[in-house]
Amino acid sequence: MKTLVCISKAPDTTSKIAFTNNNTAFDEAGVQYIVNPYDEWYALVRALEIKESVGGEVTIVTVGPNEDDAIMRKALAIGADKAVRIDANPKDAYFVATQIATYAKTIGFDMVLTGKETINYNGSQVAGMIAESLGFPLISLASKLDVEGTTLTLEREAANGVEVVSVNAPIVVSCAKGMAEQRIPNMRGIMAARTKPLEVIPPAACDDLTTFATFGSPLAKSEVKMIDPNNMDELVALLHNEAKVI
Amino acid sequence: MTLVYLHTSNGMSKSAFEAVTYSKKIGNEVIVLTAGNADANTLATLGSFGAQKVIVNRAIDGSDEQQVSTWVCNHAANAENILFLHDVAGKAIAPRVSVRLKAGLVAGAVALPEMDQTIKVNVFSGKAFGFVKVNSQKRIISLLANSIAPEKIAEVCPVEEVNETIESSGIKILSTKKPEGNIPLPEAELVVSAGRGLKGAENWGIIDDLASALGAATACSRPVSDIGWRPHHEHVGQTGIAIRPNLYIAIGISGAIQHLAGVNGSKVIVVVNTDKEAPFFKAADYGVLGDAFEVIPRLTEAVKRFKLNQ
Repeated sequence: MKTLVCISKAPDTTSKIAFTNNNTAFDEAGVQYIVNPYDEWYALVRALEIKESVGGEVTIVTVGPNEDDAIMRKALAIGADKAVRIDANPKDAYFVATQIATYAKTIGFDMVLTGKETINYNGSQVAGMIAESLGFPLISLASKLDVEGTTLTLEREAANGVEVVSVNAPIVVSCAKGMAEQRIPNMRGIMAARTKPLEVIPPAACDDLTTFATFGSPLAKSEVKMIDPNNMDELVALLHNEAKVI
Repeated sequence: MTLVYLHTSNGMSKSAFEAVTYSKKIGNEVIVLTAGNADANTLATLGSFGAQKVIVNRAIDGSDEQQVSTWVCNHAANAENILFLHDVAGKAIAPRVSVRLKAGLVAGAVALPEMDQTIKVNVFSGKAFGFVKVNSQKRIISLLANSIAPEKIAEVCPVEEVNETIESSGIKILSTKKPEGNIPLPEAELVVSAGRGLKGAENWGIIDDLASALGAATACSRPVSDIGWRPHHEHVGQTGIAIRPNLYIAIGISGAIQHLAGVNGSKVIVVVNTDKEAPFFKAADYGVLGDAFEVIPRLTEAVKRFKLNQ
């Protein structure tokens, strides 16, 4: 299996979320970036497990500036064979998907894996957009992926439960919980990552279909109202009369 | 014209009515597309929320999203807005339609468009929000459940049954595992959730009792699903699913930031915990400092009394 895993950076969960330039851009000051957990724990690790069992090659790709090389080295340390960074600031999901699809077309992959969403923009858009651009089927929100020859068997979230599906490569898969367990890179992996190829390629021309006009932060919650544990009737009354949720 | 695609093979959900109400408010003429074998009389009820017509394609069943995308695009020539729900189907179909039509997608809309036509979405796992501007002529929106109240404004509408065959993607569905529990978590308005404070899978009876008294869905924290006390699909949080019910009752969950990321869209949060330092209290509207094994049965009884008097 020749596999492409799409990697996005995301702010560490404990990062302060603030905006700058009149609330039009994310304030990166002091923000520690990590590999988007869905891309890392589920997509990348499962791709590596499949490579280890049936052979093949795992390439990782991201769309981002110079600084994102650090994130790519981290993903290489987990075990990817080589990395590609498309040198552009990601504008919107369509822009990112177009860049990745354009690159994927020039190489030809059997599988393109993404996380189910990024933890910063949560749009769940890129996998479907890549699939459409490549003309591949998409298995969205997959929790299991097994490969036998060119046939893949997957489990995916469906409206009425979990569907077990089979499909032939090439495909695009968006990966959710259940796919794989987190892998911590070991020292050998970290050392090896330093010398693995990280190719930088220029972006393709592409319009951005959407723009974030402004951002904002939710208002702080008002003080919690403590209820006497012996008086649950009061809680029920508050939920009914004050909160109006029951 | 606003085109709405709805997945109706598993019956009509409340969010389907929300999508039609939303569409009616952004554009006068609302046409609903759906696939599969849903009963025509049931589909006609979408008219009550403002649909002018429902077109149901009996030749495809809606499970093949690539096929659905092609079909939706075939009908999109005159649509200014194309609406989906931001659910399993919408997440797979809307991005494809966006690429095919080169139309901007607002993924996970939580409100109607503002005066300047930007649309609010949640970002950073609910820790912030943003307003998305669409730069293309056509606009695609996927609407998050529980973002608008369905409004009944008319009676039933005509249902047009068509048989338009579309090439399949080649995905074969081998089997379907049905989830346990009656209420699907992402759509639930009331959710009772528990964590490690429950001390073991065998103690979930009090959680189920409270949930059934309220008519709520059940959920859990990550450690609980990792240990295997509860199934993975109940795990809410950063790496599980994100929910935004009207009421979220968190029992024996400390409130780690990763858990909060999955529930901070809830309208009202009740926290029951023995530890007064539990960070969850800071995110709560109502707090109960006490032992779940005493407090929860008491709360269940109080809910039952309340329901009796309603």
